[in-house]
Amino acid sequence: MDKYQFLITLAGVIFSLGLLGVAVRRNLLVVMMCLEIMLNAVVLSFVTSASRSNTVAGASMTFFIYVAASCEIALAMAIVVLLVKRHATLDLDAHQDLKG
Amino acid sequence: MNKLTLILMLPFLGFLINGLIGSRLPKAAVSVIACGMPALCFALTWSLFSGIYVSQVPVVEELFTWVAYPGFKVEAALYFDQISAMMCLVVTGVGTLIHIYSVGYMSHDKSFARYFAYLNLFLFFMLLLVLGKNLVMLFAGWEGVGIASYLLIGFWFQDSEKTSAGLKAFIVNRVGDTGFILAAFVIFFFAKTLDFQEINTFFANGQTSVAMMNLIGILLLIGACGKSAQIPLHVWLPDAMAGPTPVSALIHAATMVTAGVYLLSRLNGVFLHAPGAMTVVAYGGALTALLGATMGLTQYNLKKVLAYSTMSQIGLMFLACGVGAFNAALFHLFTHAFFKACLFLGAGAIIHALHGEEDMRNMGALGKKLPITLVTFLIASLALSGVPPFAGFFSKDEILWSAYSGVNGSLGLWLVASISSFLTAFYMFRAIIMTFFGESRVPARLEKGIHEGPASMSGVLILLAFCSATVGFLGLPGPLREMAGVTAPFYDFLAPVIGHVQVVGAGGHQVEGAGHQLETLFMGISIVVAFAGIALAWLFFSLRKQWADQVKGRAGYAYDLVSQGYFFDALYYLVVRFVDWVSESVLARRVEVGLDAGVLTAPNNSVNYASRLFSSLQGGSLQGYVLYVFIGLALVLLWGVLHV
Repeated sequence: MDKYQFLITLAGVIFSLGLLGVAVRRNLLVVMMCLEIMLNAVVLSFVTSASRSNTVAGASMTFFIYVAASCEIALAMAIVVLLVKRHATLDLDAHQDLKG
Repeated sequence: MNKLTLILMLPFLGFLINGLIGSRLPKAAVSVIACGMPALCFALTWSLFSGIYVSQVPVVEELFTWVAYPGFKVEAALYFDQISAMMCLVVTGVGTLIHIYSVGYMSHDKSFARYFAYLNLFLFFMLLLVLGKNLVMLFAGWEGVGIASYLLIGFWFQDSEKTSAGLKAFIVNRVGDTGFILAAFVIFFFAKTLDFQEINTFFANGQTSVAMMNLIGILLLIGACGKSAQIPLHVWLPDAMAGPTPVSALIHAATMVTAGVYLLSRLNGVFLHAPGAMTVVAYGGALTALLGATMGLTQYNLKKVLAYSTMSQIGLMFLACGVGAFNAALFHLFTHAFFKACLFLGAGAIIHALHGEEDMRNMGALGKKLPITLVTFLIASLALSGVPPFAGFFSKDEILWSAYSGVNGSLGLWLVASISSFLTAFYMFRAIIMTFFGESRVPARLEKGIHEGPASMSGVLILLAFCSATVGFLGLPGPLREMAGVTAPFYDFLAPVIGHVQVVGAGGHQVEGAGHQLETLFMGISIVVAFAGIALAWLFFSLRKQWADQVKGRAGYAYDLVSQGYFFDALYYLVVRFVDWVSESVLARRVEVGLDAGVLTAPNNSVNYASRLFSSLQGGSLQGYVLYVFIGLALVLLWGVLHV
């Protein structure tokens, strides 16, 4: 296994771990963290491809992703604060108001 | 693995062990790991230092290539030259002592292992900061110490005031970091490299315009201001005292807050070609030194007095950088680390004895009960006030002399620095008299339990006090060197990297001997100033207490202005309120309403309208369907007629 295969596999594993966390954890904050882990896995795959093809595009994509991610997390945290204000808990099960 | 990498990795290892399994280990094991790692680091640093002391050849260690693209390459490389060696010795040496002290100080805390994990993490990032060979490595450490500082200020996170103090430190530092990153971009734009040595040699050629050099210098200064708590980004430092006291000693006095001075000295090649930026550095530093000292006058919280004093002293270091005396700045950084750490740890011993009481109005007459603390605190205060022969005198005097004779030097700068030294002596002895002497104002419930800390705490205090008294002899000022016929090992050691910039200012044209006479005169004045400050404090707070109250009453608004920290917090509050108003009253109440109507409601309404229109076609009326069939037939016929 060369280093690119290893890195892509690693990115896949990290992504799956994040997905697993999003699916099974009930704590809102942990779910948010797992989302970020998934994002980082994607970034790792970008950087790996960029490094393999020896071009800058993939690597510079990283910065766009992180800028977008920091905006996203700022919004998401605001939403989390509002949700917690509503139900005074971080447990996802309590937040089921949208259930039809 | 070689020594340099090991220095970096050992504290990280300590962080991993204590952070992951520390809560399950006995306290003794946690303490041994936490104190052993920095002690080993110090031993390794010492051996590397003795090597470089003789050979004068920097040690370089390339770990791996971090980023490599056409036209842009960053090595994860470590660099151990004279400046790094000095910083490393301070960080690991004072760091080790403070770790040992913390074992006694934090012994009753529930989160013992978490505390030491954070402290080791801080040490790792601080070493990364001072050992990094390029701006990217330095920046990684720079941000890392920010995180460690945030975690440790908010260490007792059940108290929301402490977590918000941590947040404040983090957010104010973001402002500075923006300047840092922009500076790195501009530097890369011109020099096409981020390596310190290459940057310094590139800008030494003078190909870049002075305006651009000034821009880089100012941006770097903004970054340094954030981390080193210089005006106007100093507001986080007094609040940072919410953390455990050893943390204040290590991070917010001895090491992290001096990172800005390190940055300026490291990139001295840039600053020497940016005269405008140098002037701003010098006057900004002088302003911070003066304002910090005045703010220290009115505080009643013992730790906040020390915090403002730290800010003021770092202002003096910036002043030294601004007049080209980078080596004097580093020497003051070196001595300051010892005596300020000693002061904070002494304050910690008092707070420990009084079970968390920090207000000096509830202290007094502690000298008899805490003799070791009194003596060590006194020695460190004398060093800070600039009383010979304690360490602070020699380093501060060198700065005062440079403020007059250096590149941008003037009598005004010297005067401002001297006034702040006078105020420093005054507020330190105000604190000492209020804490250790006079009648006891300690609440009765605390009175019984007052005792010296365990041996680990007093031992560290004594060691640091010893250093505060003696390290000054490593860098005697010029006239004293000649008189005693000795050299200054500190300046000689740094000379290959940063020499004393040649004097072109006011004193420059005088012959050497006359300069020395003037310097001796200035030295005499600064001794008189220090003693005058001490005497005035004695008069105001011990002999004629009513005078202090009278002066306070006379000052009126001026007193409020100073005791509220010149309303910097109120100013920032206004800015935040303005942004809040924009987002609430303008964006949320006006713009968003329009957006909602245009982007969300309008398409929704038109879809609704269209669906009502088309659903009416299928109203279930048979006659309507017949009509549609005939309309369709008519259209087909029309098409046929037109196209055939």
